[in-house]
Amino acid sequence: MHDHADHSHMSDIEARVRALETVLTEKGYIDPAAVDAIIQTYETEIGPRNGAHVVAKAWSDPTFRDWLAEDATAAIHSLGYASRQGEHMQAVFNAPGQHHLVVCTLCSCYPWSVLGLPPVWYKSPPFRSRAVIDPRGVLADFGLTLPQGTAITVHDSTAEMRYLVIPERPAGTDGWSEDQLATLVNRDSMIGTALADKPV
Amino acid sequence: MNGGADLGGMMGFGPVVSEPDEPNFHAEWEARVMGMVVALGAAGQWNLDQSRFARESLPPADYLSNSYYEIWLKAATKLMVERGMLTEAELSEGRVITDPIAVKRTLSPTDVPAALAKGGPVDRPAQMQPAFSPGDSVRTINIHPESHTRLPRYARDKVGVIDRVHGHHVFPDTNARGEGEQPTWLYKVSFTAQALWGDRAAPGDTVTLDLWEPYLRPTP
Repeated sequence: MHDHADHSHMSDIEARVRALETVLTEKGYIDPAAVDAIIQTYETEIGPRNGAHVVAKAWSDPTFRDWLAEDATAAIHSLGYASRQGEHMQAVFNAPGQHHLVVCTLCSCYPWSVLGLPPVWYKSPPFRSRAVIDPRGVLADFGLTLPQGTAITVHDSTAEMRYLVIPERPAGTDGWSEDQLATLVNRDSMIGTALADKPV
Repeated sequence: MNGGADLGGMMGFGPVVSEPDEPNFHAEWEARVMGMVVALGAAGQWNLDQSRFARESLPPADYLSNSYYEIWLKAATKLMVERGMLTEAELSEGRVITDPIAVKRTLSPTDVPAALAKGGPVDRPAQMQPAFSPGDSVRTINIHPESHTRLPRYARDKVGVIDRVHGHHVFPDTNARGEGEQPTWLYKVSFTAQALWGDRAAPGDTVTLDLWEPYLRPTP
């Protein structure tokens, strides 16, 4: 699959993981077909489109938005997005003058049920160390500068509550359907390192 | 513990670099590690907090230089070796040498959708009322346990305000030590950025953490 040099670079860990899977399977601790099914679920079913649906519904349905603010777990589960790392949810709402950013400084807690598996940067020391002490610097790394006077609230996911940022609805989207709105909701806007896309 | 995982406020790691159109996995082995670790949950040999502690108790230099799935691999291996599920020799030789131990369950492919949907809720029924209400001022305790805690260094001995009562949740500090779930009230606590970081922080900015009642004391 890769050239020879790449293969030998990775061969230690690849061999170790293969050995682990062989031993765990032969000992009956895992069924490799279950491992396939788990991987497949996150490759094809559970990802940021789930969260985009939640956001688009919050933008278009004030009753749902209120429910999301009051009990995000129930509101999100009602859309069918109830799964691992989404058992207990909180939604936080960006507004003029108020921006939210989500981090897990202690590990990599992330709302899998609505965003899928976290990107490498979310799990890595640069983001985890700086988001709490220098959120504006982190946003600048993403090319995002907030308007003067905007306050930032950083949510450090230290428990089993998982956070979903509801970005501001972009201007120029009056009358858009939920499906149309969902196309503007990028993953990073639901973490707080970006805004929702502008309509083209 | 004051380990390599407690990163909030550290400096010198450089900019955050995001990869456009990043795949879920950068190599096949990463996918296998993620799938195996999730599947092994069904074996019931460790709880969530023991699993977290196994990762954060890697030597800091390893923790900071390993990729995330390498950390998962090392931690899961450590947990399984500790419990007699496998041996280092079996891993290096890639074959079974010792008999398997009895585990709770082996996850079958047909059980995967239900197991992922169920997840692992940590809210538990409460007998007591919460000690704090939204608006209350609290000070976090100053602890430095060598065992697992979810009170990060940067938020110890700091004054904040209760923002919300989340519920009555499993307490990680005891659960990680095998001393039981000992569920207790979990709160969202809001700190001004300046209370945590001093004058360098922007006035108006806040940081919230989800903290259990044993971490909090009323302020006089």
